[in-house]
Amino acid sequence: MPKVDLSTDTVRDLNQRLHDLEPGTTETDWRVINPMGAHAVAVGLEASVHVEIDGHVGYYCAGMNKEATVVVHGNVGTGFGENIMSGTVICHGNASQSAGATGHGGLVVVKGDTSARCGISMKGVDIVVGGSVGHMSAFMAQAGHLVVCGDAGADLGDSIYEATIYVRGDVESLGSDCVEKEMTPEHVAKVRELLQRAGIEADASQFRRYGSARKLYNFNIDHAANY
Amino acid sequence: MCGIVGLYLKNDALTSQLGEHLVAMLVEMTERGPDSSGVAIYRRPAAEGYEKLTLFHSDPGYDWASLAGEMQVALGDVDEPEQHDNHCILTTAAAAKAAVAWLVEEHPEIRVVSVGNTIEVFKEKGLPSEVAARFKVSEMEGSHALGHTRMATESAVTTQHSHPFSVGEDLCLVHNGSLSNHNRLRRWLMKRGLEFQSDNDTEVAAAYLTYQINQGASLKEALEAGLEDLDGFYTFAVGTRDGFAVVRDPIACKPAIMAETDDWVAMASEFRAIARLPGVENATIWEPKPATIYAWGRA
Repeated sequence: MPKVDLSTDTVRDLNQRLHDLEPGTTETDWRVINPMGAHAVAVGLEASVHVEIDGHVGYYCAGMNKEATVVVHGNVGTGFGENIMSGTVICHGNASQSAGATGHGGLVVVKGDTSARCGISMKGVDIVVGGSVGHMSAFMAQAGHLVVCGDAGADLGDSIYEATIYVRGDVESLGSDCVEKEMTPEHVAKVRELLQRAGIEADASQFRRYGSARKLYNFNIDHAANY
Repeated sequence: MCGIVGLYLKNDALTSQLGEHLVAMLVEMTERGPDSSGVAIYRRPAAEGYEKLTLFHSDPGYDWASLAGEMQVALGDVDEPEQHDNHCILTTAAAAKAAVAWLVEEHPEIRVVSVGNTIEVFKEKGLPSEVAARFKVSEMEGSHALGHTRMATESAVTTQHSHPFSVGEDLCLVHNGSLSNHNRLRRWLMKRGLEFQSDNDTEVAAAYLTYQINQGASLKEALEAGLEDLDGFYTFAVGTRDGFAVVRDPIACKPAIMAETDDWVAMASEFRAIARLPGVENATIWEPKPATIYAWGRA
């Protein structure tokens, strides 16, 4: 198993080695130690590899991920798994702002809490948070699912399009054009499936669903105050 | 973009290492602020009845001894000046206001960088590592300290525009962000007797806190008032003689991370600045919430 020590090797070296992997590589299990809050660790991976990172990382860890599984045993900074296309990125600690931002696909899991703007402008990614999310989460979210096992901060789902938000705890407030919607058995099953994929234990029936009221899609003078 | 760091020691056994840890934190924030850098260190309280001034003259060869002699004749006892490159620490029995007024009148070429009982401020253009080496910050002991690495966005790159800004006695502020109502607020504060050395927005925030504290507010109350009156993006770390506080604007636009152990409290723009502090592996680490004041000591 390749092991990269970021106290001696650079992040650029690590990422280049991961980018150079050919399809069908046998070097599929990687371990990264001593990240010491470094930015851009394991970004832009396109190979189907498994990368375990021991320690806290900085910004944009596992950003633009395709196919790979990236697991962080620590906290992550801003933009964890941002613009993820596919694959799975998991943080066992807490995440800073904009976790899973603009993600197109794949799965982002944060076992702890995230701060503000989790899932901002998400475009199809599934995000599961074991704890709570900060304010303005799922801002302008377009597609995909955000599952929050704890509470959500102010202005959840502001200006949301067709993404779906599930929250088990309290929602401080909903943003413009975000409303609570009925939780049908189909939705409970979806939450159960996402929790199971994320490896997080929670009772799917306790979640409530939020989504777009679809009043802001086209300009309407009667809704001017909501923009 | 800018980088800010703060370190407040809870264990007196670490005071001799304050400068060394502060420099490590500061240098880690180089990419966030390569234009200029500065530190405020709280250490060596002046003796009863004395005030400590940090002064700046652009010429490192400036004759500080002669200035101290003149000041002694004019105002009362002055200790031997302690020069740190183009900065100088002067400790005087004169009242702070009288000393500053005398300097402004008699020596306009000198700039007063800080005034107080324990605070010392050193700041200069250049990379954090260069600035720290210039003032030998890593050798400085103390109880708490703030640091700033600046990437200038709204005013010039000069020593004068470098952070930290200390406007009131022993009060110092480092800032990541930009204020949008600083011109109006500066005029408002000037009408109330506050004086400014630059057109920098952060100096206005420091003056605002000074004004509130002079009105009787605690640091915490002053920061609470600031949440109402300061418009813009900010993460502030603030030091007083025996206090340390952190606050972020209500949108939490600018980054901040905090860590605490039994021995210290640290804040930084990014975790990597904290990652090498002793005992960090057992620290409680969290991101400060928006519009929430975190304070230690007599804040």
